[in-house]
Amino acid sequence: MNDNLILWEVFIQSKSGLPHKHVGSLHASDEEMALQNARDLYTRRNEGSCIWVVKSSEIVSSNPDDNSSFFDPANDKIYRHPTFYEVPKGAKHI
Amino acid sequence: MTDALFTYVLRLADDSLILSQRLSAWCYNGPFLEEDIALTNIALDYLGRANSLYEYASSIDKKLRTPDDLAFKRNTNEFYNCLLVEQPNGHFGDTIARQFMMDAFYVTLFSFLKNSSDENISAIAEKSIKETVYHLRHSSKWVVRLGDGTKESHHKISHSFNNLWKYTGELFVNDSVNEDLKKKEVCVCLKDVENKWISIISEVLTEANIKINDKSKMSYGGRIGNHSQDFKQLLDEMQCLQRTYPDAKW
Repeated sequence: MNDNLILWEVFIQSKSGLPHKHVGSLHASDEEMALQNARDLYTRRNEGSCIWVVKSSEIVSSNPDDNSSFFDPANDKIYRHPTFYEVPKGAKHI
Repeated sequence: MTDALFTYVLRLADDSLILSQRLSAWCYNGPFLEEDIALTNIALDYLGRANSLYEYASSIDKKLRTPDDLAFKRNTNEFYNCLLVEQPNGHFGDTIARQFMMDAFYVTLFSFLKNSSDENISAIAEKSIKETVYHLRHSSKWVVRLGDGTKESHHKISHSFNNLWKYTGELFVNDSVNEDLKKKEVCVCLKDVENKWISIISEVLTEANIKINDKSKMSYGGRIGNHSQDFKQLLDEMQCLQRTYPDAKW
């Protein structure tokens, strides 16, 4: 693999109003190439109406070693789940 | 008129098919995975366009030959593609230089042909122009990246353009086929296409810091069926299956 290429993460919005979803990653040397490669790799079957590309190195990730302090405390707090409400008919994407 | 129209549509179709065949040889050989997919994607777009044009050509020809017959059962001297599309892939810069000049040609030509008095040609131009605008964006960015890149990439792509320049004159020759169809507003004066083409080319080459200083005489012949030895090899490979197993079916 060429040293000039860097890794980008790709987010696709399937239609306007919906959130962009992470679909994968790719290699490119600059922003325009990243956008074009994302278009060719991830939207060939009409998947999207908008593409975001972000340098992988710009993403701040939590460390799996921290999982116990980050996520375990939420395990026994079921009152945080909105299970006591009824979802109104016609509400989408919830 | 019918003869001229048939020849004109075949010229457009042959350009697309042969360029597609050349590009598809990059499959598995691209400089890296993403670009491999980009090039073969473009190859498929050109193949789809060739198919629509051969279908139309076949209908003009009273369906004596199917689109497949037109693609796979004609000889070297019955193909009317320009010489530029049949030039070998060479290195990646050679392919990009060839692609950029053809993409710019088709963006320009289709912007005129959208208004053709021939409904089929105008519909195909209308549909193709969207994808061609994208192809041009892809190839022109590469021209700038390579031309304005390292010393080596600049040297290589400058060489590619100067090598291929002698095949560009042929794109803009108005002959009896064009003149006949121009009167009926089916096609346009290729000099008008050339003026717009030159402005796209100069803008990108200036940004890429590439100079054309080739003084070779322009090469002509593709549009009347005179092709290079390389083209014969291309056809041998492309038509190999049809020649070995005539009318083979899936």
